[in-house]
Amino acid sequence: MTSLPKTPPAKRLGLVIDLDTCVGCHACAVNCKEWNTGGYPAPLSDPDPYGAAPEGVWLNRIHGFEATPESGDGRTVHFPKSCLHCQDAPCVTVCPTGASYKREEDGIVLVREDLCIGCKLCSWACPYGAREYDGMTGVMKKCTLCIDRIYNDNLDEVDRVPACVSTCPASARHFGDFNDPDSNVSRLTAEREGMDLMPELGCQPTNKYLPPRPRRTESATAELPTAEGGFLGWVDKLLSR
Amino acid sequence: MSRVPIDLSPPVSDTVKTTTCYMCACRCGIRVHLKDGQVRYIEGNRAHPVNKGVLCAKGSAGIMQHYSPARLSKPLKRVGERGSGRFEAIEWDEALALATGWLGAIRERDPKQLAFFTGRDQSQALTGWWASQFGTPNYAAHGGFCSVNMAAGGIYTIGGSFWEFGEPDWEHAEYFMMFGVAEDHDSNPIKAGLAKLKARGAKIVAVNPVRTGYGAIADEWLGVTPGGDGLLILSLCHELLRAGRVDLEWMLDYSNAGWLVLDEDGLFARDGDGKPLCWDRATNSARPAAGSEVQPAPKGRFTLPDGRTARPSFEIMAERYADARYAPDAVAERAGVSAATIRRIAAELAAAAFDSDLAIEQPWTDTHGRKHERMVGRPVSIHAMRGISAHVNGFHTCRALHLLQMLLGAVDRPGSYRYKPPFPRPAPPGPKPAGRPDQIAPGQPMPGPPLGFTAGPEDLILADDGAPQRIDHAFSWEAPVSAHGMMHTVIGNAVRGDPYRIDTLFMYMANMAWNSAMNSAETIDMLTAKDDDGGYKIPHIIYSDAYFSEMVAYADLILPDTTYLERWDCISLLDRPISDADGVADAIRQPIATPDRDVRPFQDVLIEIGARLGLPGLVDDEGQARYPNGYADYLVGHERKPGVGSLAGWRGHDGSKQGVGAPNPKQLEAYTENDCHWRLELAPNQRYYRYANQAYLDWSAALGFIDHAERITLQLYSEPMQRFRRAAEGHGEIQPPEHLRQRVKDYFDPLPIWYAPFEDAGAGDDFPLHAVTQRPMAMYHAWGSQNAWLRQIHAANRLYMSRKLAAKLDIADDDWVWVESRKGQVKAQARLMDGVNDHTVWTWNAIGKRAGAWNLGEGAPESTKGFLLNHLIDDLQSGTSYANADPVTGQAAWYDLRVRVRKAGVTEQGTSAPQFATLQRPPGMAPAPDTLQYGKPKTGAVT
Amino acid sequence: MHPAYSVIFFTTASGAGYGLLVLLGIGAPLKLLPTDRWFGLSGLVLALGLITFGLLASTYHLGHPERAWRAMSQWRSSWLSREGVAALATYVPAGLFFIGWVFLDRTDGFWGLMGVLSAVGGFVTVWCTGKIYATLKAIPRWNNGWTVPIYQLLSLASGALLASLLAALFGGAGLTWPLGIALIAGFASWASKAAYWSYIDKQQPRATIESATGLGRFGQVSLIEPPHTEPNYLQKEMGFQVARKHSLKLRRLAHLVGFAVPLALAIVAVYAVPALALLAAAAAMAAGLLVERWLFFAEARHTQSLYYGEKAV
Ligand SMILES: Nc1nc2c(c(=O)[nH]1)N[C@H]1C(S)=C(S)[C@@H](COP(=O)(O)OP(=O)(O)OC[C@H]3O[C@@H](n4cnc5c(=O)[nH]c(N)nc54)[C@H](O)[C@@H]3O)O[C@H]1N2
Ligand SMILES: Nc1nc2c(c(=O)[nH]1)N[C@H]1C(S)=C(S)[C@@H](COP(=O)(O)OP(=O)(O)OC[C@H]3O[C@@H](n4cnc5c(=O)[nH]c(N)nc54)[C@H](O)[C@@H]3O)O[C@H]1N2
Ligand code: SF4
Ligand code: SF4
Ligand code: SF4
Ligand code: SF4
Ligand code: SF4
Ligand SMILES: [Mo]
Repeated sequence: MTSLPKTPPAKRLGLVIDLDTCVGCHACAVNCKEWNTGGYPAPLSDPDPYGAAPEGVWLNRIHGFEATPESGDGRTVHFPKSCLHCQDAPCVTVCPTGASYKREEDGIVLVREDLCIGCKLCSWACPYGAREYDGMTGVMKKCTLCIDRIYNDNLDEVDRVPACVSTCPASARHFGDFNDPDSNVSRLTAEREGMDLMPELGCQPTNKYLPPRPRRTESATAELPTAEGGFLGWVDKLLSR
Repeated sequence: MSRVPIDLSPPVSDTVKTTTCYMCACRCGIRVHLKDGQVRYIEGNRAHPVNKGVLCAKGSAGIMQHYSPARLSKPLKRVGERGSGRFEAIEWDEALALATGWLGAIRERDPKQLAFFTGRDQSQALTGWWASQFGTPNYAAHGGFCSVNMAAGGIYTIGGSFWEFGEPDWEHAEYFMMFGVAEDHDSNPIKAGLAKLKARGAKIVAVNPVRTGYGAIADEWLGVTPGGDGLLILSLCHELLRAGRVDLEWMLDYSNAGWLVLDEDGLFARDGDGKPLCWDRATNSARPAAGSEVQPAPKGRFTLPDGRTARPSFEIMAERYADARYAPDAVAERAGVSAATIRRIAAELAAAAFDSDLAIEQPWTDTHGRKHERMVGRPVSIHAMRGISAHVNGFHTCRALHLLQMLLGAVDRPGSYRYKPPFPRPAPPGPKPAGRPDQIAPGQPMPGPPLGFTAGPEDLILADDGAPQRIDHAFSWEAPVSAHGMMHTVIGNAVRGDPYRIDTLFMYMANMAWNSAMNSAETIDMLTAKDDDGGYKIPHIIYSDAYFSEMVAYADLILPDTTYLERWDCISLLDRPISDADGVADAIRQPIATPDRDVRPFQDVLIEIGARLGLPGLVDDEGQARYPNGYADYLVGHERKPGVGSLAGWRGHDGSKQGVGAPNPKQLEAYTENDCHWRLELAPNQRYYRYANQAYLDWSAALGFIDHAERITLQLYSEPMQRFRRAAEGHGEIQPPEHLRQRVKDYFDPLPIWYAPFEDAGAGDDFPLHAVTQRPMAMYHAWGSQNAWLRQIHAANRLYMSRKLAAKLDIADDDWVWVESRKGQVKAQARLMDGVNDHTVWTWNAIGKRAGAWNLGEGAPESTKGFLLNHLIDDLQSGTSYANADPVTGQAAWYDLRVRVRKAGVTEQGTSAPQFATLQRPPGMAPAPDTLQYGKPKTGAVT
Repeated sequence: MHPAYSVIFFTTASGAGYGLLVLLGIGAPLKLLPTDRWFGLSGLVLALGLITFGLLASTYHLGHPERAWRAMSQWRSSWLSREGVAALATYVPAGLFFIGWVFLDRTDGFWGLMGVLSAVGGFVTVWCTGKIYATLKAIPRWNNGWTVPIYQLLSLASGALLASLLAALFGGAGLTWPLGIALIAGFASWASKAAYWSYIDKQQPRATIESATGLGRFGQVSLIEPPHTEPNYLQKEMGFQVARKHSLKLRRLAHLVGFAVPLALAIVAVYAVPALALLAAAAAMAAGLLVERWLFFAEARHTQSLYYGEKAV
């Protein structure tokens, strides 16, 4: 089971996250929590919800970075991160129980909680910090790509997308099949040079990040020319037209 | 390898109900999934005009608010000292009798003795009207400390405003400037709009001392120094004027640029009928400016038939801003933006506005009956919020922004700022505030609303001696245009007896003992201050909250409210509508859960108190309650004027009328069947140029938004300002008292001005830094901290500063620091970043909490590490008895704060300061649970 | 990485146990050790006791220890599973070896073969343990050529020291071989550990905050806002930081107590008071290895920390 699928999955479902439009609002993270705490990985425990150390299980977290060049303007970049559903997923192959697996159908990496012994090794193996151990239930949790939404016949067709995607107010999250070259995610990745995180680790993440676009800071004219005729002279000219 | 069988189609819920979110004031449509009697999931409603299916972080955490362990559960009567937190749980009957007793006595004696102030609520159409029926002028909502500068600056200038009353043309804008916006009320629409601009490759410029959130995705960040925007904006105007890159034709057509201003008094020259005159170039004579045939001259000095001389306001304006003191080089330093950048931005603005060939091929007809083949675009949009307004110079800075828009011709045209109906309205619109001494009498209602728009000294609400008449000093010479009241001054004034003492402070949904007070620690002292005889200086405090906020401990009577999923609410066109630029809309909330506690919707309670008091409008001719079923009855039955009520949809006996129509007993059913909202879309020819678009104005008048379908002239030059100034110069019967004369003279300029925030001088060189707050996108003021999910994101706040500043102050990341102002000091933990102006420190707003409040456990980071900047902000202007507020509008000047920062000592690490005594849980409130596994299978219950 | 005591105890104790088992399993059949049944009894009880104690300790950090048996299933892909299988499998020959040696007083023929198989099992188990860490690409300080041999050498050294101690306690016959192995493995592991430390000090970062975020093209990257204000599981489990100063101190302690002292004592044991010297050596090494193992975890840094502000890993 924890061997990766021998033949590449027919579909390669995943997310594209647009760092150029993400405003860091945390909507995707909270909506993910809301959906999933009652969904496939239910519950996402909160061990100290009202006390001194409020920190529970989240399948998606929003980080805030700054990038500062040697000179000129830097950038603030909000950076959502959830499981990248890697093609070569080390979290899967290390799992001793078969709880972690990558679905043959669509490449989604999931945890079977009834098999999980809570050894945490998969969270050590994931380079991205995308696995979340739930100490209260003693099992590993992670982004499910909303497996209980995307195929759910009880939902309207339009709603069969991950919770984080449908809630993102800035449309910075996109869901689709990377194996289909015409899918929105494939097209966005191609057009916007979607990138892998830490490609040097060789996990071949499915999710892609669209880098912030070049900024429009240059303009043709650095300064307006003073109107002919001087102050208010231009008014006459305008009026005489 | 076998495939793992999993249930891909689990049932999501048993039922889905629609209502309106209230995790903030954006008012998105939501679909609430219920399963086994519990809320399973809340999602955005795709069919809703505001959010179109998306939901923000707060909205997504609604479950945790609805089941919060900090919910109040029963009416409370104070039994210990105020602030001790000792309460007795009482029955509703006793609570209502108590309230009615206090209020009834006041009403018979002097209705002014009731100060009724509301905060985050969206029921101002009800509460303001209730105050009028009661007969007290002492009513306002939170607008005075929130963003009245945006509202007034806009309404007095273009008859509409930023805030949530207008929006950028997201579909067509090619250049977008955003001034001082962190989140705003239109939380979701702004994010969606920014995404649209991004997709089209429009340029976004963020003007903000801090680069986060929206600013993070902008193409360019102008890290202004707080309070300096006015200079930056007027300098942009200077550049446009210098280059003659101005939409003169449009201005002459639609603004008062061509109106003649008399040399002798600075007022408009008018004809015998009071119609403003312009100098008609065609006939070379003074003619009514509103005429369809006139060609107003924009410059020159003209002699009127009566011999007086006058000049067009355009020329006065142009002359002023062409002056070298607005040149980029002159303003760069204080503005915090380099001169070269200002010049370049001006060039970009001009290019974007005038070199674009954007036009919508849509014929339309103006109020002169002239047909226009197309709607010509000016694709420069501007949006601004509290970074502009929360300064003492905010009104004028906001006017400056509207001036910039007008120079670019970028008001309600394709690609520019757009009104949301019911705006535009006349600038300023009609209703005047009531509350003059002759309008107040024991046992009598007031003849009008407590809030409105003053257009000159005669509209002020003054006591007979010219002193403030209202407890908050609104509409007095201290703040003549305080259209939203001045909630931030009420407690201080009431305690000081300035201008008089009151009997009862009645508040709703405002955490005034904490984050919505300036100077919170002293405010707490004031709430508990006593007279020599041992009685409280504010004898009675009634408060309605749904949760255990910091304010609860300071009230004598608590009226516990429901959560937003347990009541009827109304988002009315009479209050703050949810319209968008292309349509008018309103909405309701419907109860989708029944309270499991002994709580009642505040609006029901207010209506019942009104009925018990026998207030006109709340009882029928027999003296019986007119709305026995509370708010739901009122929403349907109440008419403000014939045919106009709280809700505009499905009016008329059969529900066939929109806007104006007889009450429809089935109106609420119609709303609930239609996802709890109503929207009427504008026809394509009604969507732009609406100040002069006949088809739109006819529609607007028919729906009752404006009285007459007449052109609304944009007020480049503001005559109301000049009227106040004239009074200060010694003209007219109503003049400011001596001590305010100069102030009124200085700040009532008919054209936008910039002046340094008073704190700059008040604080002196000892406090070289600016300190501001920002709204965190995932928190709503104080009330998000009880939310188990949201508080994980912001359980404590840091003091952010630039690395450069930190190096100067020898401060490293994570160091504990003291932040000191002339008023006090707070201790906080530092966080360094690059994207912040080097003279500015900032923090997230309202994260700091008082220990014990919100039913948070011991050691909650909100109180041990979190802090409020509010402790540093004086509620008074330095060295005066005036509010720390804009002298025009009374807007609270939160962001004028000046501070210095120093490293805390080695023994001072680890905890924020100041710390306050822990608040005790009220009776009936169980300690918050130690753990939470919401959604845990089988039990399905909140644990 | 968070140095969890259960895992520290597990790896040191069972490492020593397997090392001892290797020595016993090879030494007894080849008569390089005393073959008397009491020696066998004490040796195997000590070895299997340490192993079993270690394995039990390792289940302590599981969320569901009652499901631990499931960990045997994925030996095809998972080194942890293989370790479990090897550990369990080793009990079979080790049990038979025990029966032969202790009850039947036999260490030859089939029973001797069982000894050799237990040795192989022990060796393989420790190999798997090392592999679990060595294959984690996310933790460059483990994911290198040193991890497996050091685990193996330390297991052998500590096991051999225990075997020597037993031999000394049983009168000194058959001391030479285990003591020789203890010294060889001891010095080899010391050298390897020293080399490892200098290797990780010089190790080029495998990933940086720039590559983790893809934002390097815009300049130097730094974290300004973590996703949540209180540290989460990931930060606590994988963001553990030990101050450089502190870790250098501990390294010196490990050098001294884990290697220098026990090896010196082992040399002393060649000449005099072997039982006493080896007892002290074993005690020192046990203490030293706990420090070494604590450092193994504490000094290891995980690439996910890059998302929480770490600049390079
Ligand atoms: N330093 C600093 N201070 C500021 C600001 C700033 O920018 N910086 N901003 C200012 C501005 S603009 C504003 S608007 C104020 C906001 O400040 P407040 O108006 O005080 O807003 P909240 O903190 O949200 O508190 C509102 C109260 O309403 C209660 N409440 C929530 N839901 C319900 C309900 O359904 N029914 C009832 N009856 N009560 C409910 C909450 O429990 C809370 O006690 O803060 C101001 N204070
Ligand atoms: N998530 C969330 N949404 C909210 C609220 C909330 O609490 N949470 N509160 C609601 C309320 S009551 C209000 S009033 C609105 C307010 O909406 P905003 O106006 O967006 O709120 P603020 O956080 O006050 O934003 C002020 C911004 O102005 C910047 N600023 C400060 N001083 C200056 C200055 O001098 N010049 C310029 N150019 N910028 C400056 C600050 O850095 C900050 O980014 O948000 C509403 N929406
Ligand atoms: S919801 Fe969208 S904009 Fe908000 S943090 Fe997530 S990805 Fe970014
Ligand atoms: S991101 Fe981590 S958890 Fe997700 S598939 Fe890749 S390695 Fe596994
Ligand atoms: S924690 Fe669970 S899913 Fe992860 S490796 Fe261990 S058994 Fe597998
Ligand atoms: S796909 Fe689903 S589980 Fe994954 S981050 Fe998005 S909402 Fe969470
Ligand atoms: S912006 Fe968020 S909190 Fe506000 S109404 Fe919309 S969903 Fe609710
Ligand atoms: Mo506000």
